[in-house]
Order: sequence, then structure tokens, then C-alpha cells
Amino acid sequence: MYVAVKGGEDAIRNAHDLLARTRRGDPGVPEIGLDQIAEQLGLAVDRVMAEGSLYDRDLAALAIKQARGDLIEAIFLARAFRTTLPRFGTSVPVDTTAMAIRRRISATFKDLPGGQVLGPTFDYTHRLLDQGLATTAQTTVKKPAASASEPTGEEAAVASPPMPRVTDLLGDEGLIEPAPADDGTAPTDITRTPLSFPAGRPARLQALARGDEGFLLALGYSTQRGYARSHPFVGEIRFGTVEVSLPVEELGFAVPLGDITLTECQNINQFKGSATTPPQFTRGYGLVFGQSERKAMSMALVDRALRFAELGEEKTAPAQDEEFVLSHCDNVQATGFVEHLKLPHYVDFQAELELVRRMRAAHATDEAAGAPVPTQEAAE
Amino acid sequence: MTHPATAMPAISYNFAYLDEQTKRMIRRAILKAIAIPGYQVPFAGREMPMPYGWGTGGVQVTAALLGADDVLKVIDQGSDDTTNAVALRTFFETTAGVKTTSHTAEANVIQTRHRIPETPLKPGQVLVYQVPIPEPLRFLEPRETETRKLHALSDYGLIHVKLYEDIARHGHIATTYAYPATVNGHYVMDPSPIPKFDNPKMDHSPALQVFGAGREKRIYAVPPYTSVVPLDFADHPFTVQRFSQPCALCGAEGVYLDEVILDDQGGRMFVCSDTDYCAGRQAEGHTGTLSAPDAPTRADEGPKEGCS
Repeated sequence: MYVAVKGGEDAIRNAHDLLARTRRGDPGVPEIGLDQIAEQLGLAVDRVMAEGSLYDRDLAALAIKQARGDLIEAIFLARAFRTTLPRFGTSVPVDTTAMAIRRRISATFKDLPGGQVLGPTFDYTHRLLDQGLATTAQTTVKKPAASASEPTGEEAAVASPPMPRVTDLLGDEGLIEPAPADDGTAPTDITRTPLSFPAGRPARLQALARGDEGFLLALGYSTQRGYARSHPFVGEIRFGTVEVSLPVEELGFAVPLGDITLTECQNINQFKGSATTPPQFTRGYGLVFGQSERKAMSMALVDRALRFAELGEEKTAPAQDEEFVLSHCDNVQATGFVEHLKLPHYVDFQAELELVRRMRAAHATDEAAGAPVPTQEAAE
Repeated sequence: MTHPATAMPAISYNFAYLDEQTKRMIRRAILKAIAIPGYQVPFAGREMPMPYGWGTGGVQVTAALLGADDVLKVIDQGSDDTTNAVALRTFFETTAGVKTTSHTAEANVIQTRHRIPETPLKPGQVLVYQVPIPEPLRFLEPRETETRKLHALSDYGLIHVKLYEDIARHGHIATTYAYPATVNGHYVMDPSPIPKFDNPKMDHSPALQVFGAGREKRIYAVPPYTSVVPLDFADHPFTVQRFSQPCALCGAEGVYLDEVILDDQGGRMFVCSDTDYCAGRQAEGHTGTLSAPDAPTRADEGPKEGCS
């Protein structure tokens, strides 16, 4: 008897109920709070904010909880919410020189104005599982000593003097190409204008900033292994908070709205020079919401690779291919299209099934008759 | 939704989810698409609350078209009851509160994936297609910069060579779905992955046909009464699939059938892919070889033991 493909509505409802129960897990285990996610899974929250292009720790924490910890799903939730928000203005460009620094390192100078600030980093930790974290009751964290070098919160915002960027220090000597001048034109907005190619650097940087960390990591890595090698040095990575201000025309000045946390990476890359340009260093730039050095560094590597044309370099590798990189770096698009293969395709499959059967039948007939394969016949 | 104790502001959405500014942008793209039949108009596609690849282009087009009085039908693989069709229909019931139907004749907006209804469409109806890859040349030329040039020059040599190679290799054209067609004598269009069986229904259809590709951010259209001609050769004319047996439930012939595997002994049956059409015929008293003798005439009231 025909098994009707009916009951989709009930099946979906039941699946949603089951998902909700599975998400909650064992009811005997206390439910996780958004504050716990925001405080203790902060880097997951940062990633969701960065790739979700939505700076809101509470909503990112909610998305992570709802997505059962699946970060790409959480990023998708953040994006789907973000798209419904009205835009009421454009902020003044944030000034990372004025960043309240929590971490700042340079790999190119031993010491420099503002100093090296290690801050909260996994670098130099021994990756040994800490069984002390296995129990929750006794976990205590050492209070920072009064003289601890890591400033936090408002204290930092007040205390930090402006910290010049390494690239600016090099720029004073003309050793590095100048940052592109602001010609006053509003940069394109990839969330309001469909991406077209060639995309231009503003669109590229926007796409990379919300691009998938893993994809950019792999592409950046490929440039280190010889696929579009560009000899990078980490001029500087800084992580901290910057103030966001909105210009208000009626007032005639910009009003501070609050602080956001950013990671900025400025790479310094070699450049042999050309007929018109003396040898100088070039730039690769990465900027990401929250603390994500891996993403900021990967972005800087890929940004530099994508600049091959303006620097007169040869195009040899995937990381240099703007259309390839930008069309595939968005994980919400990628996961949707990969996973859509789960949807029913039986109409198309039926069409293929019928064709393969027909071709097999023709093949069998030809073989039986000892006829030449149709390939040669028709190709003449 | 429930709100956490930290007073998070309540979240509310506009009619049919998208804000009015966005709808206006999409409507402008649709108008341009209608004005240049078959041309892929880039539009600033938004993230939607369903995944890319699951109909976000069609959903955005439908959201921009829907008014409060519209009646919506959503099908996937020809059926109103496949899971994604149910999910998308529920989305518009929830966000727009519009009336929905499964009857082709009653709907004025029909969103579809992979099929065109068997019941001929009427003037005033809009058929909205969900499109995964809008570019008919994409698998021959992956670069958008190149394909846009080829379209501008009406240079479709690549695709003709592909079809010719099919003939050289197999003796016939081996494209069975998403069969490319020339619209209004100029642009070659990917009709979305409908079986080529449905291609003839697009030609001079009295309904407006709009194609939405969300991930690829393209909208294109075939205005009513516009020519849609499948690519072919004089000595290898375009043909559609034929089925050797009628629908096992309603006896319909000349319709597209799904193959349903009944057991592991090679038992199979063929039934209408368009469930509304099949149910309508059964209601009129048509029967097929496997109709239950005493069962109620409508398929959706049929025996349900098998469903669970």
C-alpha cells in the first residue's frame, strides 16, 4: 500500500519538541544561564558576535544556548536577527590608537612605545588538562595583585595613554606603504549592496571580518606554505576596548554610545619595490569583534594576499583569488547550501533515474547486437 | 519567546518578516527583472531565518509580493506536505497571517521548489521559484565576472557545446532537470531544478514567474505571455520525460510521477508528484491500479497507518 508522504506538519512539530528536550539535556543538571555563557565561554561569544556581525554579548550568549553550542548555528541565529534591525546611522570610524589596551604585542620590535602587554592569552600556557577545573565548587581565581599590570574595565579606559601603532612608527620613516588615504567616499556596505567583482578592498575587508574563522585560517596558512607567499611579520596585535561615537547633526558633534572590544592585527609584509616604488614594507590588515587573534591574523594574511594586483605580484594561489575567497568565506551561506542537500530532491532524482535506466537499456541492446558504442558514431 | 531575567527588550517583526525598506528594494529588483526577461538582477539579499539553500530567495520574493489579502500556496517537489513546504508555509502564516491553501487554482502567490503545478496557471497568479544556482553557465564557467560578460554578449557557445557533447557521448542530450531555456529571444536562463518535463509550462504562461536566489543574491523573471524556449538542435529537438504507466492512485497520464519503492523485492509504484492535482482527481472519482477499493477518495484522508 502507498505510504503517503503526509504528516509533515506533525513530524516537524514533534522534531522541534524533541530538539527542545535534547537541548535541555538531563533536567537533573542545572540549566546554564546566559550570564555563565557570556562570562565563562567568552571566546565563543566573541566568535558569534564577530561572524554574526552583531555586537551584543547577551544575544550571542542566547544564540549559543539555543544552538546547543553549535557556533555556526549560533552565528546564523545572530545574523537572522541582525537583518531585521533598522539602521539609524553610521558611527565615526573607531580609533584603535586610543584603544584601552588589554593585550598588545609586537613580533617585530623587542620594545616600543607603550610596551608589550601580554594580557589574557593562551600563548605560553602548557596545554595540560587542568583537573582543578573539573570540579566547580572550589574554583577560585587569584585576585590580581594591586600592582598587576593588566588593567580592566574603566580603570583601563582612563589609564591608557594613546598607544601608537607599530605601522605608524615605521610609516614615519617611509619604510612601510602609507595606509590608503580617506578620500571621503562612503565605503560600500556588503549587507546592503550585493557583492560584485572586482569587489574593492572595503568590501573585501567587510567580507573577511564576518568570514569563517576556519576557512580564513586555512587560506592564511596556505600563504605561509608557499601558495602566494608574502613574507609576513606580525607588526602588532592589540586587543582592548574602543569607544564608538555617533555624529548627531543637530548637536554638531559626535556622542559616545559605548565601548566595544576589538582585536586588531597589522601585518608587515615584504615588497621588493617596482619601477615607480622604492622597496618598502606593505600591509595586511585584520580587525575582529571581541578577542580572536587567530581570526585577526588569518584575515591580515588573506587581505595581503588579495592585494597582489595593486602590488604588481603574480597570481598563483587560491588565497589571491578574490572571487573564490569572498564567495566562499561566509559560513552561514556555506552551511546552508551544503546542508540543503538534506532536503528532498526526488523530482530531480527521478529525472536522472529515468535517464540512467534508458541509457543502460540502450547500452545493453548495443552490446547484444555487437554494435559500435554510440560514442564514436555520434562524434563524427 | 521567554525573556531572561536581565530585561532583554522584546523582539518583534514586521508584516511578512522583512522591513518595508527591504521589501521596496526587492520590489525594485523584481520590476527590473520583469522589464528585462531572463536577466539576473543582483539584489541585496538578506539573511533570513531559514538557511541559505532552503528557499531564502523565494521567501524574500514572496515576502515582498504578499499583501494581506493574498492567498499563498507553498510546494516542494510538487507536494504541499513535504517538510520544507510546511515550514515555509508556517513561516508566512505566522509572520504575515495570510490565508494559505493547497489548491493551485485558489492561490494567487505560489512558491515552489523543483516543480510547476500540473493545473494550468491563470492570469493574475504569480509563481515564485526557489533557485539554488541562478547562473545557467556556472558549471561551465565558475567566474561571475566571466558569465556576466557572456550574457551581455549573448554568447552561449559554451552551453551549446556542452549539449553537443552530450549528443556525441550518449546520442541524446543528457540534461534532465534545470534545463536551460532562452527567454524572450535573448537571455538564457536556468529555470531552477525543475524536471525538463515542466519546461513547456513556462512558455507563454499567463502567470508571472519570478525566480529568487537568496545565497547568490539574484532575482530574475519571466513576464506573462513571454516565450521560453529550451535550447536544442534542429536534428535533436527538445523532448520531455514520458512515463510508461499512469498514476497508481488517480490514473492520470501525461503528468510527472514520483517513483515510490514499496518493498525490497523490486516492488514500486508511480504516483503524481503534484499531490494537490492527484487529490483533486481522486475527489472527482478517478482511480488507479493501487487505489484502495473502499478508501475515502482523497489521498490525504487515506489510510494513515503507514505514516507514523
